[in-house]
Amino acid sequence: MDRVPVLKIGDLLLVSIQVDLEDRLTTQLQEDLAERIVSTGAHGVIIDITALDIVDSFVGRMLATIASMSRVLDAETVVVGMRPAVAITLVELGLGLRGIRTALNVDLGMAMLRDLRQLHMGLPGTTPEDGARDLAGIS
Amino acid sequence: MDDKTAKRLAVMLAEHRPAVLEAWGATARETLRGRLGRTELARQLEDTYSALQSAFEGGATTAEDPAAAELRDVLVDLSRSRARQGFSATETAISVFGLKEALFSALTDKDAQTLSDYTALSLMVDKLGLFTFETYVNARDAVISEQSAQLMELSTPVVKLWEGVVAVPLIGTLDSARSQVVMERLLQALVETSSPFAILDITGVPAVDTQVAQHLLKTVVAAQLMGARCIVSGIRPQIAQTIVSLGIEFGDIVTKANLSDALQYALRESGIDIARRSTSSGN
Amino acid sequence: MIQAEPAGPVQVQEIAADDDVVRVRQVVRAAAVATKLNLVDQTKLVTAASELARNTLIYGGGGRAEVQPVANGFRRGIRIVFTDEGPGIPDVDRALTDGYTTGGGLGLGLSGARRLMDEFELWTEVGTGTVVTAVKWER
Repeated sequence: MDRVPVLKIGDLLLVSIQVDLEDRLTTQLQEDLAERIVSTGAHGVIIDITALDIVDSFVGRMLATIASMSRVLDAETVVVGMRPAVAITLVELGLGLRGIRTALNVDLGMAMLRDLRQLHMGLPGTTPEDGARDLAGIS
Repeated sequence: MDDKTAKRLAVMLAEHRPAVLEAWGATARETLRGRLGRTELARQLEDTYSALQSAFEGGATTAEDPAAAELRDVLVDLSRSRARQGFSATETAISVFGLKEALFSALTDKDAQTLSDYTALSLMVDKLGLFTFETYVNARDAVISEQSAQLMELSTPVVKLWEGVVAVPLIGTLDSARSQVVMERLLQALVETSSPFAILDITGVPAVDTQVAQHLLKTVVAAQLMGARCIVSGIRPQIAQTIVSLGIEFGDIVTKANLSDALQYALRESGIDIARRSTSSGN
Repeated sequence: MIQAEPAGPVQVQEIAADDDVVRVRQVVRAAAVATKLNLVDQTKLVTAASELARNTLIYGGGGRAEVQPVANGFRRGIRIVFTDEGPGIPDVDRALTDGYTTGGGLGLGLSGARRLMDEFELWTEVGTGTVVTAVKWER
């Protein structure tokens, strides 16, 4: 029985989606993530979709669910690695991925989560403009 | 045309085959101008004639009939080879039409039934001639398309202005096809250079229509979905008017008057400040 | 009426379980690659197929997908047909409106697929079933 692996990097969790998802794997991933966020106290989740050649409404729903669930558990989510062809298709499809932050790759995703966390904690050296840039909510 | 007519036409064609092919060949040869040999022409006409016969024998009543599939294939081949040999679309179609006159002159007994059948065949040949014309045009369009695509790739440079900032300076008319190429190249560049910022500079674009404006909009939204920011710079007054009059919402998209302002904005957003070096001595 | 002549064999994929949705995507992707559709068009086609396959499974109670290369003169394309003997769609207009769903979530299945494809035909009868036919042409 294969699962989607969840890796811990510092206080972030990294999920790299390599396989074609279907219901069972998706539910399992959501459960695993929730459990790991709580057990590790992680404040950020990075979902790497570089390997996905398509993102349909099913995957879109999964990402939205993970983002909402994580937020409830005081963790922010960033989706990274979206392929250009996928982005163009999503625009055509009208699937805005509201409320989901995105970054080009894992490094940029980690930097974004770091900024968000610092802002959240009100640490010095951050301004309201940094980090609060919400790349979600595309209309 | 009904099934019975088709069968009668098959018989008619079989009966007059040698005479018609001779007459058809004669008229077709007049337009060759050395581009095609007589033997090759004869073969083309024979193949077409045979395919037409088979189509009628199979009960084909229209040019689109499944039983006429082989005939259409023959005409496609004819069209392609004529195109290669330098014939025009019209010349190629006229070759096909030549069958009508050739058959008419070969008909010895022009009774009412024969004439009625001939008319049905004539209408069908008209359609086939047009099909040949269209096939030729489509093939030529395909070649032009491919060449245009290659040309477009060459004329859409992506420039790295700074670490994390790429720019696509567009010059010239943007049509729907070109703007799609631009979109794909810009997005690909974002991935390859890991640049959170892209500047789409349209200073050199005189005008845009609805489709192009929408493609530009889609490019910006797609970039945002991927996690990057796309700034549009160099929008001329006329283009601004077009965009507004078309009711297109450029809402939260950042626009700047020129490439320089756009770069400054991107750098600032990246947390980069550029300072002038102090020139006072003794420091 | 969609003007499209068969230009290759039909591939049939039964849709009875989750895994089949993945299989449909694979078959469609292979057909698109063989017909040399460009990457963006491939992505749109496979995404549309994924949406329709999932619809067939979830709302149609299962069914089948038929994938076939087609041509219109010199232009090549891929035709996908999704058939089910399910409950049918009572209000087609509503179902084709963006964002409509009976099952919760984003439910962009039909309207999304229609936006991504070049040709789209829907036949449905309450109590009998649904047939969705769509074609993606090369650019």
